Amino acid sequence: MILLTRRATFSASHYYWNPEWSAEHNEQVFGRCANRNGHGHNYTLEVTVAGEPDAVTGFVVDLKWLRDVIEREVLVAYDHRHLNLEAPEFARTIPTTENIAIAAWNRLEPAVTGAGGARLSRVRIYETPDIFAEYRGEA
Amino acid sequence: MRAYFGRRYMVSASHRLHSDALSAEENRAAYGKCNNPHGHGHNYVIEVLTGGVVDPDTGMVVNMATLDKTVKVRVMERFDQTNLNFDPLFVDRVPTSENLCKAVFGLLKNALPCGELEYVRVEETENNFFEYAGE
Repeated sequence: MILLTRRATFSASHYYWNPEWSAEHNEQVFGRCANRNGHGHNYTLEVTVAGEPDAVTGFVVDLKWLRDVIEREVLVAYDHRHLNLEAPEFARTIPTTENIAIAAWNRLEPAVTGAGGARLSRVRIYETPDIFAEYRGEA
Repeated sequence: MRAYFGRRYMVSASHRLHSDALSAEENRAAYGKCNNPHGHGHNYVIEVLTGGVVDPDTGMVVNMATLDKTVKVRVMERFDQTNLNFDPLFVDRVPTSENLCKAVFGLLKNALPCGELEYVRVEETENNFFEYAGE
């Protein structure tokens, strides 16, 4: 089996806020990330698929196809957007790096599985070069 | 829902690769320039990956500020701006990046505020890195 990874970047804003909590508790847990005016990052998304190379093409998947899937399923929804306000999955879920990894997986998985041949193995999101989260689906 | 949270830290430290079990000549053969008597240094990148259930209240596997504090106290303050050869953990172990990787893993394994330690990666330079995920 081969693992193949494609990287993409998007720029988005967000804030961390749990509406069940008081303002003080939000600020205590989330610090500066709780500022309701939001802040932004240049995110890097790494999408890893697993499969066997095709006998004819030698590809696990066509990288151009994977680029287009990432663009269509994730970047259109997240790039130059405010995640809390514009991405429906974050209307009630806090767009932490962990939750963005899970949400990006949920956006990508049907398209990758539906194409046949390869399966989604891992989604990793870098919020900065030193902070990242990863989701591998339900074990 | 299980996910992973990773963080990268930088530690600047010096070391000398030298084994008392080897002769001077064997040490030079095994370690080359890394055996030079006065040591040399690196900006190590230490990558820590934690795994756990995403807390539904916070959306987090682990609170980054708490993780940072743990790594700072257990690892950074111990190794940053030091000579690794003088650390008690390396008295009878050569401070290779493999052994540094295992040492950091051991220092963090049972000290995480929450979640489990998945692996520790030590990048000695941009071109070589080492990973340890426990036995």
